[in-house]
Amino acid sequence: MNQFVYLTFDGLSRGAVYAAFALALVLIWRAARIVNFAQGAMAVAAVYVAYSVTSATGSYWLGFVAALVAGLALGVIVERVVMRFVDHSSPLNGVVVALGLVLVIQGVLGIVYGSEFHPVETPFSRDAFEIGGIALLSRYDLFVFAAVGAVVASLTLLFTRTPIGLRMRAAAFAPDVSRLLGVSVGGMLTLGWALASAVGSLAGMLVVPTELGLHPTAMDVVFISAFTAAVVGGLDSPIGAVTGGLIVGLLLSYVSGYVEPTVAPMAVLLLLVVVLLGKPGGLFSSSKARVA
Amino acid sequence: MSSALLQVEGLTAGYGAAPVLHDVNLSVQPGEIVAVLGANGAGKTTLLRTLSGLVRTTGGRVVFNGEDLKGTKVEQMVRRGIAHVPEGRGVVTELTVDENLRLGGLWRRDQADAKRALDEVYELFPALAQRRASAGHQLSGGERQMLALGRALVSGPKLLLLDEPSLGLAPKITAQIMALLRDLQKKKGLAVLLVEQNVRSALSIADEGVVLALGRVVTRNKAAALRDDADLRHAYLGF
Repeated sequence: MNQFVYLTFDGLSRGAVYAAFALALVLIWRAARIVNFAQGAMAVAAVYVAYSVTSATGSYWLGFVAALVAGLALGVIVERVVMRFVDHSSPLNGVVVALGLVLVIQGVLGIVYGSEFHPVETPFSRDAFEIGGIALLSRYDLFVFAAVGAVVASLTLLFTRTPIGLRMRAAAFAPDVSRLLGVSVGGMLTLGWALASAVGSLAGMLVVPTELGLHPTAMDVVFISAFTAAVVGGLDSPIGAVTGGLIVGLLLSYVSGYVEPTVAPMAVLLLLVVVLLGKPGGLFSSSKARVA
Repeated sequence: MSSALLQVEGLTAGYGAAPVLHDVNLSVQPGEIVAVLGANGAGKTTLLRTLSGLVRTTGGRVVFNGEDLKGTKVEQMVRRGIAHVPEGRGVVTELTVDENLRLGGLWRRDQADAKRALDEVYELFPALAQRRASAGHQLSGGERQMLALGRALVSGPKLLLLDEPSLGLAPKITAQIMALLRDLQKKKGLAVLLVEQNVRSALSIADEGVVLALGRVVTRNKAAALRDDADLRHAYLGF
């Protein structure tokens, strides 16, 4: 029982990060109908920026802000310079370009920073509080929950309560009609990429310290979990992404704890296959089946 | 002629290499309803899409409210006073009625104006006011047409480009929409360029008619004259 409680809390705190990362994928899917396979590499690049800033200034929080700003900027650059020119006649084109982008970003990071692992500090202690002898949550876990919760709440407010959010949704659903109503569809697309990339960077900032450390490929495995989370949630649904993230986090934690940590990534892939076979629209999707 | 709200001169346009519209000339005076008639494939929808910038112009010019629209982006048209209700209505089905309507007024600097226009539309269409929070996909065809029209009105246009408003609607609802257009013309001086397959309805409210065939204007005349021209009706309009 104690182990179950411990694993559940552990799974939820991992899951919160996957949720944030899945949310980034959903944001771009909704705006551009592209699964951004470069999201992981883009997030790592932002975390490297934070690493540089923190090393230079000694302040974690300056690095944190720098990562979010770098994320926004990278989103704008990737959309304006690369993705805008992708031919959308086949859904695979965007995927292939994104995978190419992964190689480019990881290559550049390797050249600039080298390919050794850099340990990354956390702003709060990762020692868990114990209640009744069970290690439950650390201050860092609480920070992760608060950060992801704040992102979900702000995105919800942005999309449902503000004119800019209304423009973004309209532009994604009906580009031509939106243009006729004066919405700058291209601008909304860029904004969507920027936001998604910033959310991805935040997820990177939260997850990298809990993994092996900073490395150009640090997010590859995390990406698979986050992608699974997004697919479980249906790619179209922000609530689905968050729920999917928590499901994947719990699955990883239970399998690591009860079976064997090394098979946990396989369990995630199995979940991905099962969902794609059984409910390809995702658990929360109301739209018709996807093509990519 | 210089007082025309919309002046189209020698307009040639199309998709890719082959033009769909050839040397089209027409004009809409302020507060006038002009019907664009013709068979399927005559270029009616392309004409509207060209006027609002969705299809590229390859020749001729379009002057609206004294300004040449050359190079004006689609997103700018609503700011000039042109509202285009596309074929199939263009209701964003994932958004609610209220969100669809608000979308029409987002371009305005003064949001108080947008709010006023929104309230007016709800007065004009009580059915929409009752369904504010319903998603677009829950509406009937008639309600969608009202929503698309209402949204165009929220944007405060001088000229409405209306593509096949009667498509798929019961005759009674079509008649209501035509009556509404005439009302808007009388009360607000709204000019309408109306594309219709339903020639009788269109000519019943139009001041003038333009008949297109294979992308060319074959006749421009008063609506009453077109109604009475049996040869023309047989040749191009099919009734």
